[in-house]
Amino acid sequence: MENDCSLPAGSAPCIDERQFSIMTTGKNKSRIHCADDSLAGAVSQRACVYSGARVVLNPVTDAVHLVHGPIGCASYTWDIRGSLSSDSEMFRQSFSTDLKERDVVFGGEPKLAACIDEIVEKYHPPAIFVYSTCVVGMIGDDIIAVCKEASHRHGIEVIPVESSGFISGNKIVGYRAAGDALLKLIRPKEGETVEKTRKLNYLGEYNLGGEKWLVESYLREMGIEINVAFTGDSTVADLKKAPGACLNLVQCTGSMHWVAMSLDQEYGIPYIDVNFFGAENTAESLRKIASFYGDDEIMRRTEALIEREMKKVRPVIDRYREKLTGKRAAIYVGGAFKALAIIRQLKELGMEVMFTGTQTGKQEDYEQISSIVSEGTVVIDDANPAEIEKFLLEKDVDMMAGGVKERFLAHKLGIGFVDHNHDRKDGLAGFEGAIRFAREVYATTCSPVWERVKKNPFEEVQD
Amino acid sequence: MLDCTPKEPVPSDAHTIGKINPVKTCQPVGAMYAALGIHGCLPHSHGSQGCCSYHRMALSRHFHEPAMASTSSFTEGASVFGGAANLKTAIKNVFAIYHPDIIAIHTTCLSETIGDDLPTIIKQAEIPEGRYVIHANTPSYHGSHITGFSNMCRGIVSYLAESDGNPKKERANIFPGFVNPGDMREVRRIVTEMGVPSIMYPDTTNVMDSPLLNKYEMYPGGGAKIEDIKDSGNSKMTLSLGAWSSDEAAATLQDKCNVPGVPLKIPIGVKATDDLVMAVKEGFGVEVPESLEIERGQVIDTLIDTHFQYEGKKVAVFGDPDIVIPLTEFLITMGMIPKYVITGTPGNKFEKIINQMLEEAGIEGSKVRAEGDLFELHQWIKEESVDLLIGNTHGKYIARAEDIPLVRVGFPIFDRAVQPLMPITGYRGCLRLIEMISNTLLERRDRDCKDEDYELIL
Repeated sequence: MENDCSLPAGSAPCIDERQFSIMTTGKNKSRIHCADDSLAGAVSQRACVYSGARVVLNPVTDAVHLVHGPIGCASYTWDIRGSLSSDSEMFRQSFSTDLKERDVVFGGEPKLAACIDEIVEKYHPPAIFVYSTCVVGMIGDDIIAVCKEASHRHGIEVIPVESSGFISGNKIVGYRAAGDALLKLIRPKEGETVEKTRKLNYLGEYNLGGEKWLVESYLREMGIEINVAFTGDSTVADLKKAPGACLNLVQCTGSMHWVAMSLDQEYGIPYIDVNFFGAENTAESLRKIASFYGDDEIMRRTEALIEREMKKVRPVIDRYREKLTGKRAAIYVGGAFKALAIIRQLKELGMEVMFTGTQTGKQEDYEQISSIVSEGTVVIDDANPAEIEKFLLEKDVDMMAGGVKERFLAHKLGIGFVDHNHDRKDGLAGFEGAIRFAREVYATTCSPVWERVKKNPFEEVQD
Repeated sequence: MLDCTPKEPVPSDAHTIGKINPVKTCQPVGAMYAALGIHGCLPHSHGSQGCCSYHRMALSRHFHEPAMASTSSFTEGASVFGGAANLKTAIKNVFAIYHPDIIAIHTTCLSETIGDDLPTIIKQAEIPEGRYVIHANTPSYHGSHITGFSNMCRGIVSYLAESDGNPKKERANIFPGFVNPGDMREVRRIVTEMGVPSIMYPDTTNVMDSPLLNKYEMYPGGGAKIEDIKDSGNSKMTLSLGAWSSDEAAATLQDKCNVPGVPLKIPIGVKATDDLVMAVKEGFGVEVPESLEIERGQVIDTLIDTHFQYEGKKVAVFGDPDIVIPLTEFLITMGMIPKYVITGTPGNKFEKIINQMLEEAGIEGSKVRAEGDLFELHQWIKEESVDLLIGNTHGKYIARAEDIPLVRVGFPIFDRAVQPLMPITGYRGCLRLIEMISNTLLERRDRDCKDEDYELIL
């Protein structure tokens, strides 16, 4: 199977200024540059501040998510995340102030206020998140003031999310804006107190494919209750109970570390990092949680659960490892937390990770990644498609894990693909998720279609 | 589930102030799609990078193809001091790294609000010999994705098309409108079948439906060639398909190169396809080949054979105006009742055209709306339901909430594959539409009917 690179021979596929955003483990002594702004002219895979804020807050199921801007920002983010809800589906509606030229010239504040009034009248939601977009930041609409007035007028939470896209090309800034909004939402009103419990909050869990429910079922079996998840399958009322937890679990480090730290400072809730992608990670995380509670019964139940589930997972992983050993994999995902988890799972499946990168990784994330991949692995920050293509071909990759923008690129190159991003419909967390992930990796890496690709009778036989 | 639209009807004349569940998106994605219809073109989004990411994602999800485009990657600095420096750097970088033949820049709400003067910036940029940079203004706060498509088409014409002053060639330009590559391929096939050479642009065939040949080409084999676009100024006429997507570009070409534009509907349905065929026949003095007569006859035969399966059924249609108008016309031919007809794109002409069609067909009690949204459509359906929904993926919420089957037509379709490759245009497209509509209704009947009514032969 021969792959031609789409770039002309001899041309450097990487912009010079990007050389410090790419490194090969074992070769470079220097530190990777990351969280730099993307270059002008790059086919960047990165999104914007609004996008970061929206993906974090979107799973708050009974809130109205009102996008203050021209129509596009709302259209493109309409129900894009496979977050499941056990009750309200309000979050899956798309609300936009649909700003027009007139509003851009004269200001969009009156229209925003009118839209809020209309939404309250039609839906009576417990909260409205109002997202600012590029153009709103530019014309200087005071969304904080509009939200404050609307909140008084209607007696509900109307929370501004300051997410003008141009503030930064890095979604992390958006995560921070979302975090701010969440902290504002959960802060008890004067005179109110939230009762302390033995329950825990689960931060950075978005209930994609029902993953929150799965972890919840493990915890319940161990004798531990989830107070509320940030923000998978959460409601406004649940979120307000957040200060009553005794522990915060932090899953998606990129989006929630800062929130966890703030909750620690403000409410004295300690936090621990967990990771439920992969059977080993899941077992470790469950033990970590159990030991926090320091209760013998919880410990006993946890070990029983892990033993039972591992018995189911191991033979499946072993079976797929037979098929996948020696196959070569690439990873390009949003956050480092996910990259680390996938690297570990692929290694459990006997695969070699040739290439890994993230959109929003930080220095320490990349150091951690470098420490667990083998020598010669390419590590890259904010990869553009030309770079992804170059390394997929150079490293003769068989399978890639990433998001929708990489999927069709990989397919065109004759490379299998597993979606580990918002588009996936099946949960990949926990023991069940480990089995599903292994099956998905196998199904795409070893798809019978590749046989027809290799044996194309129209092409001359190649050595 | 998914039934968040309240039942209480809004006053009949009260539009929602903003939009709830829109039937449109913003201009730049249309401009990006049009730009991808030029061979060797890298679309460039002049704004912050989120926009570019969203548009690429929307196109990838619909077409199941990589959608390449670069961005000026605006940051706060660029937003304060203007995007000229970013754009010049971007142009330099793009030519150095991605080697396109042409860069097609579209603006965004951000760069429009800042007021970046693109023609001046492009003039000052370093452009390698033999390469091109074109642009279109696509402010997201005006019009819709269709407006953006139209603006980029006009941009392509104004930058590239040339007339050499010689007598016009016996050749048709085809401006296909915002349709799938499968539709474009079918339109060109019909014109070719009539023995008339053609230049089509934008042409996303073999770009947004390219084959997997075990290698990746950043610029796939398809797309309109720049020399052909230039030469389109020497064609005899332009078949301008779709008033919203193509008429502006056709008018520009007429002004610039004196190539008359023939305004036509996108050929969806028998009547609109007939109109296209007749325009070619009359324009070039060619005969309609037997092959097309047979194709047309097959459609008519099928319509007569199956009309009782869908006759009298009430339909709600929503989507882009250039598709919804001929589609509604075809539904009327099929004997169906277009009960609700909505587009998210602005333009009063839409309501006028549809209402006139309905009036001529003697259909009363239908509701028509330009610049509507699915919230409004859903409320209408709650007041009086329909048998079938026809539109894009976003209709599936209403379909589920109200238990109405949905036939997927238009953009975007995120939850079904293959459709970008298959035409709904031309006579072939008629057969496909009949098959989709009829099968969907029959499946529903088979699913819902009592055992004693369950028939082998329908």
